[in-house]
Amino acid sequence: MSSRAMTTRRASIGSHAVLAVGALVMVVPFIWQIITSLKTIGESTQVPPGLWPAHPQWSNFDQVFTDLPFGSMFLNTALVAVGRTVAQLLFCSLAGYAFARLRFPGRNIIFAVFLALLMVPSYLLIIPQYQVIQSIGWLNTVQGIMLPGMFSAFGTFLLRQFFAGLPPSLDEAARIDGANPLRIWWSVMLPLVRPGLAALAVLTFLWSWNDLLWPLVVITSPDKMTLSPGLASLQSQFTTNYPVLMAGALVATVPVIAVFIVLQRQFIEGVAAAGNKG
Amino acid sequence: MSTETNPTGGTKRRRRLGIRGREALWGYGLIAPTALGLGVFYVWPVIQTLYVSFNSWGPFGGLKWLGLDNYRELFKDEAVGRSLLNSALYTLMVLIGIPVALVLANLLNRRLLRGKSFYRVLYFLPVVTMPTAVAMIWRWLLNGDFGLVNYLLGKVGIHGANWLSDPNTALIAIAAVGIWASLGYNIILFVAGLQSVPDQLYEAAELDGAGPVTVFFKVTLPLVSPTVFFVAVITVINALQVFDLIYLMMSTSANPALPATRSIVYLFYQRAFMENDRSYGAAIAFLLMIIIVICTAVQFRLQKRWVHYE
Repeated sequence: MSSRAMTTRRASIGSHAVLAVGALVMVVPFIWQIITSLKTIGESTQVPPGLWPAHPQWSNFDQVFTDLPFGSMFLNTALVAVGRTVAQLLFCSLAGYAFARLRFPGRNIIFAVFLALLMVPSYLLIIPQYQVIQSIGWLNTVQGIMLPGMFSAFGTFLLRQFFAGLPPSLDEAARIDGANPLRIWWSVMLPLVRPGLAALAVLTFLWSWNDLLWPLVVITSPDKMTLSPGLASLQSQFTTNYPVLMAGALVATVPVIAVFIVLQRQFIEGVAAAGNKG
Repeated sequence: MSTETNPTGGTKRRRRLGIRGREALWGYGLIAPTALGLGVFYVWPVIQTLYVSFNSWGPFGGLKWLGLDNYRELFKDEAVGRSLLNSALYTLMVLIGIPVALVLANLLNRRLLRGKSFYRVLYFLPVVTMPTAVAMIWRWLLNGDFGLVNYLLGKVGIHGANWLSDPNTALIAIAAVGIWASLGYNIILFVAGLQSVPDQLYEAAELDGAGPVTVFFKVTLPLVSPTVFFVAVITVINALQVFDLIYLMMSTSANPALPATRSIVYLFYQRAFMENDRSYGAAIAFLLMIIIVICTAVQFRLQKRWVHYE
């Protein structure tokens, strides 16, 4: 073995050691969560803690399901997340395309206003947004949760960057063929910015799934609630019953984690693409 | 008049608009849904919040003009000062996550490393977990009496604190969880940035006899500095707005550590929603916005000193 190969090998063992320690820090909390969700309260407060419950307490999960209308919460969360994602993909790609490829008076000023919105803390908007939803009578409805998040300055900015990176000859050729901008957007441009659309879809879906304060403010009845505030209400009810709380947290997060593991390449490439264009 | 009843009029009008005019109309049409939505749900709320912050909020929602009184009150309010300090400390602590992410990303980017995608998935897991669940899990791990963290610390002879109810440790513990939750996201961004560094540069540096540490500081760091800058700006903007984690990890407003962890957004939530003083809440929210704009502007100014664009 040459000395160069030796150093490479040593460096790679060192890398694995550091990365493995980091990975443990990332994963052990989840493993401990799963173990705790199957313990009795007594077992969970044992010192020193036992590694495995004597009899797995599946009843902890039953308690989560009897206490929370989990089925409807799951459905509401999924509906809101899909609705916001589809709407953002449509609206942001239309606007992003117009900002990147069409010329119209006031374009730069309007775009600058959109950019400025990126710095506005989302919490500042909550009270006036609540009043708008109230005035159209959509408080305590799923579409009320959905509506404000269907529009996004960030998404418009992100997709504009993708559209701006395409060669100008593309739309010129299509225009000579007599296609109008809507047509060009749909059949020429959209297929070429697929990585951008995937990135926006992943980010919007995740953000929506995890959103806490807005649904908490808009929704009052449990059957219209989404998972994140629902889980928070579980915490105020079972303050120190950690096995039930861990079971609840597990049930609320497993769907997204499952989707992530299946679509991991798309998730990771999407996040990377959003960062590179940002 | 429609083109169908009067075709000549229609074509005349078209000609008058010209190619440019039609392009502009399309432009306005395509941005219309977003402009309308952002106008109603983002621009108008900013204007309204600014207006409300100059008024007092009556018990039945009536507004009374106060001028700058709310803002004067802000500067006298000790809770505001303390919350700003907490948010600033939290932001500074979370920034430590950036070099950690960069080092891990650099290790992950080795060409011959096996199991890359396995590591990436593990590091990314916390990013796809909802903050409500993250807070719940860590409240349990950091529990002073029965938590896994203190048990493991006890194994190496350290007596762990009551992390989340001790005012001296609570903010540090929450910031550590904040780093844990966002590390994977930053690593992915850095790996993407590192991949754009051409291999020849590394090879050339190696031929010159540079060690891995020198290569990192002289080659890697300058070339990924735009990504570092982007991550830093995003981290600061998000950290200054921290709310979910603190709200959930403190769990009750009776937690003795709350004054030492209450962020500016938490204070806004308390004043505006729990105490129902919307106008004072609006003034706090505006103060935060000004701070975020200033921090972002300062970062953009400083970037010229250390960010290298090709």
